[in-house]
Amino acid sequence: MLRLPRFRMEIPRSADEAARVLRELGAGTQDPGVSGMPGMKVLMVAGGTDVYPNMKRRQLAPEVLVSLRRALSRDVRADGPASGATIGAGATLSSVSAHPVVRSRYAALAMAAGLVSTPQLRNMGTIGGNVCLDTRCNWYDESGFWRTAEGFCMKTHPSVVCRVATSSPRCLAVASADTVPALLALGATVTVRSAQGERTVDLGELYREDGIRYLTIRRDEIVTEVALPPAEGWRSTYLKLRDRGSFDFPIVGLAAAVRMDGARVADARVALTAVASRPILVDAAAKALRGSRLDDAAIEAAAEAAFKAARPMDNTSGTIAQRKRTVSVFATRALRELRDN
Amino acid sequence: MSEFSVVGKRLPKVNVWGHLTGTARYADDIQLPRMLYGRLLRSPHAHARIKRIDASRALAHDGVVAVCTGADMPERMGIMPSTQDEYALAVDKVRYIGDPVAAVAAVDEDTAYDALSLIDVEYEPLEPILTIEEALTREDVRIHEDSGRPANVFKDVHLEFGDVEGGFQTAHKVYDNWYFFEGTTHAPMETHSAVASYDGDGKLTLWTSTQVPHYLHRELEKVLGIPRSRIRVIATPNGGGFGGKSDPFSHEFAACLLSMRTKRPVKFTLDREEVFYAHRGRHPVLMHLRTGVSADGDITAVHFQSYLDGGAYASYGIATTYYTGALMTVTYKLPAYKFDGVRVYTNKPACGPKRGHGTTQPRFAFECQLDQIAEDLGLDPIAYRERILQPANSRTVNGLRITSMGLGQCLEEVKRSTRFPEKHGQLPRGKGIGVAGSAYISGAGLPIYWNEMPHSGASVKVDRGGGVTVYCGTSEIGQGSDNVLAVVAAEQLGVLTEDVHVVSGDTSLAPVDLGSYSSRVTFMAGNAVRQAAGRLRTLVVEAAAAKLGVPADRIALAQRRVYDLADPAKGMTFAEAAVLAESKNGTLVSVGSYKPPKDISGDYKGSGVGPTAAYSYQAAVAEVSVDLETGIVTVERITEAHDCGRALNPPAVEGQIEGAAYMGYGEAIAEEQVFRGGLHKKPSLLEYKLPTSMDTPEMKAIIVETIDPEGPFGAKEAGEGPLNPVIPAIANAVYDAIGVRFDETPITPAKVLDALQKNRSRVGPEGLSSQRDPKAAMRRLHATTDAREKKKVMS
Repeated sequence: MLRLPRFRMEIPRSADEAARVLRELGAGTQDPGVSGMPGMKVLMVAGGTDVYPNMKRRQLAPEVLVSLRRALSRDVRADGPASGATIGAGATLSSVSAHPVVRSRYAALAMAAGLVSTPQLRNMGTIGGNVCLDTRCNWYDESGFWRTAEGFCMKTHPSVVCRVATSSPRCLAVASADTVPALLALGATVTVRSAQGERTVDLGELYREDGIRYLTIRRDEIVTEVALPPAEGWRSTYLKLRDRGSFDFPIVGLAAAVRMDGARVADARVALTAVASRPILVDAAAKALRGSRLDDAAIEAAAEAAFKAARPMDNTSGTIAQRKRTVSVFATRALRELRDN
Repeated sequence: MSEFSVVGKRLPKVNVWGHLTGTARYADDIQLPRMLYGRLLRSPHAHARIKRIDASRALAHDGVVAVCTGADMPERMGIMPSTQDEYALAVDKVRYIGDPVAAVAAVDEDTAYDALSLIDVEYEPLEPILTIEEALTREDVRIHEDSGRPANVFKDVHLEFGDVEGGFQTAHKVYDNWYFFEGTTHAPMETHSAVASYDGDGKLTLWTSTQVPHYLHRELEKVLGIPRSRIRVIATPNGGGFGGKSDPFSHEFAACLLSMRTKRPVKFTLDREEVFYAHRGRHPVLMHLRTGVSADGDITAVHFQSYLDGGAYASYGIATTYYTGALMTVTYKLPAYKFDGVRVYTNKPACGPKRGHGTTQPRFAFECQLDQIAEDLGLDPIAYRERILQPANSRTVNGLRITSMGLGQCLEEVKRSTRFPEKHGQLPRGKGIGVAGSAYISGAGLPIYWNEMPHSGASVKVDRGGGVTVYCGTSEIGQGSDNVLAVVAAEQLGVLTEDVHVVSGDTSLAPVDLGSYSSRVTFMAGNAVRQAAGRLRTLVVEAAAAKLGVPADRIALAQRRVYDLADPAKGMTFAEAAVLAESKNGTLVSVGSYKPPKDISGDYKGSGVGPTAAYSYQAAVAEVSVDLETGIVTVERITEAHDCGRALNPPAVEGQIEGAAYMGYGEAIAEEQVFRGGLHKKPSLLEYKLPTSMDTPEMKAIIVETIDPEGPFGAKEAGEGPLNPVIPAIANAVYDAIGVRFDETPITPAKVLDALQKNRSRVGPEGLSSQRDPKAAMRRLHATTDAREKKKVMS
């Protein structure tokens, strides 16, 4: 089988210690846009379900891995329905998808977490890891041998072209985390901790339309917690397109959430993943829905907005036309489901 | 009550515990003292000349013990003696991305892995040939310079039987369609693995996950240059084969040579990506099928042309080419038949045999076209097929002998089980049902190298405690071949399968069997064991008859007892009878062998591929629903009936039907071994879309028994045939659901959606594309290189 490259592992016992270790190792000065992904010397790992396979394929080759297994909370905390919920970044995807409060109030998240990969990987993979998931691409998620034969790509070797579109000025790797559109639709924020302290970031602000520098936070900043606002009045759902009933990353992921005020939509959010380098909160879809009765015309307008927002490239399974079309089908289905249930 | 005490009983397989719990000792489980770990260096070029290889830096690396290259094993090899075009490691040229170039043995896997980057290979890149069309026309680029055929043609065959021209002239209508079957790979759970150990006494042992220990034995002798008498090949239990472990492979030779050089055991275990490069899977085949039919649907003539994309080497390609034509005649009445087959070389991993070997692709084309013919005639597609069946005990137009023939019963069974006529053409849009029939061989009629010896040999020993040991060169690849041999021996000797030990796949311990390919083990090895055990049975019966004072023909054996049929209380245990027989006759060991009969084929060049002692038959019905908005095809249910002659062990037959149906389902819906510029697009189990347990449809397997006159207890094959009808059945069901004919595989959501949006009635090839711009591949290559260089300069 493929072997892991040699590396050293640090296992800090708290988030504070992890932040300190990352500062001492100089993790924050790393810029994958300059070094390429394999050039990053210090990486964090939580569940490891994505990091380790990527290391075996030499997409990543850190000298030091900082394990967050002991540093991160795994708790899901929620009080009454009027208050929100917080999820420790170390909570496994299995535990998030099975949690009764998540299931009853944040259905889209429970569904999305339950649709990630396989049961075994959900038992190991964490919500924090999924939020920070590396972007994916058919030219990147390949072995060292394969990429040598191809001649490498921008994401590993910034001086080389993007193989997806050789004229592209940026890397076109795809945001592929299932939980992120669900969290966006639910209005999540994340807590980010570093040696300089702690701050709260709107989840939508965490991402950038760039397959290499896909996260806006520094590489010594640890996502420690995901916070969800009160869910009162909200209904949400998540739909995932993948080739098989298990195992696969999304090639379209769509989350929708609406809050009704009587027969009218008081607020709505529609979010996408796997159709661009960053997850997309489709504002135009929300606008089309707000104030409507969630009637077919409003749903159609929202679906059209989602269709327009999706900009898939030919670097995942499936085709561009299929994925774009499915975005609008999913938007319609998700919103009808929220209307009818 | 059954006349048998073991045959036909729903008993657990003899090796089931090891397979279920993982305690079976696979090749990679073998650990020997001082063992080294090997790894192959593979070509990053699709087509290139090797100008220089320098392994000195690797050899100097700490922990590296030995390195070898193609120059160390310059002898040509390959599974088919007539078309040997491979080397253990590339000599002079590499012909696909992943072609093995050198091998390293080191003290551990990490060191072997690291050492690969220290082997300096200088290549001169050559233009790659990547499509069938390029291969047919490019005289200027030759993948095998000395192939002796034009351009990159590996083999072309032309056969004609009956009055083809007349048949088309008298036809009421001629159907003329092109089809394309995409290449797929086997993806066995166990990746290929081999351990070689060369001892101080000059003897070499190779443990390897191979389906063909005997053929490998021959090639090792040839390539390594040591006599076969000093080589022992042990086929370890294969964690799945499906045809993918039926060739001699680079890592097997490299393990042997490096062990001979270092006098230490050497292990190679391929990683998953390497298995995609080793391949030998289903050929992509472009097909042109013309069928003439009379006004009431009788077939008047068929002309079938196949173009096989063979990849870089021969493998079984000569047989594959013939197989695309040979078995078209054994299902339905064909009075006249013409076949033209061409297999070409391309710069991609070599294709070879995958479950259904060469018959799966034409079967897809034929059964899809029959669906169309039935529709035009206004006939139910099952009723139409039943009307044109090839009869049992007949000869086909191409001279193949047919004995037992259960396709009619299979169609009847699936019709009854699914209530097909009540559904077909009558379901709401988006729901569909489709049917197809097919056939397969119970072992190839000829061995791959010409000889007059048995295809299968076995010996059976009875010990003094009543235990029975069967020795046979078959390879247990998870299909249950050990169990089949145990069932046959147990039935003959009146013991239970748990009393039988099977020693298989060992060239030193067991008589030769040609291997676990072409669905030959049940029929051929089963007959060999039946004969061997039958000879001991006679001795045991005679000894017991003498002791009991009754005539031998009144003696029966069952449930570990030997007794008087007229008075079952009168008898003895099998062990007691065995002691009597050994006292009288000496040691109880016997041999048996099997060779298919002679007169089962016509007499013409090319008649050697297609004949078998008995054909299996099968019919499948698929029920699908198509999501009209997303194009997703859900196969709700597959119902398949299979004529296996007699089920020696019904759960094993059902398991084979189900496994084959699932494999066919994956090929119909999702799987594709595809390339971009010679580089495999998806060499991983994440991107190569093998169905998961969440995807596979509900399955009903129905056993049809026709009791073949020559099979062991009437049995025929069950391992491959059941794959064949599933794919066209699904395509026909999709047509029933949405009115779109899929004349190509796989039927993906993207293609379905595209067809629905563009209101297409057909998705499939139009023919051989007019000769594409020959320099296109090179220009593409240059374009990306130029862009890369430009980018480098800019940054």
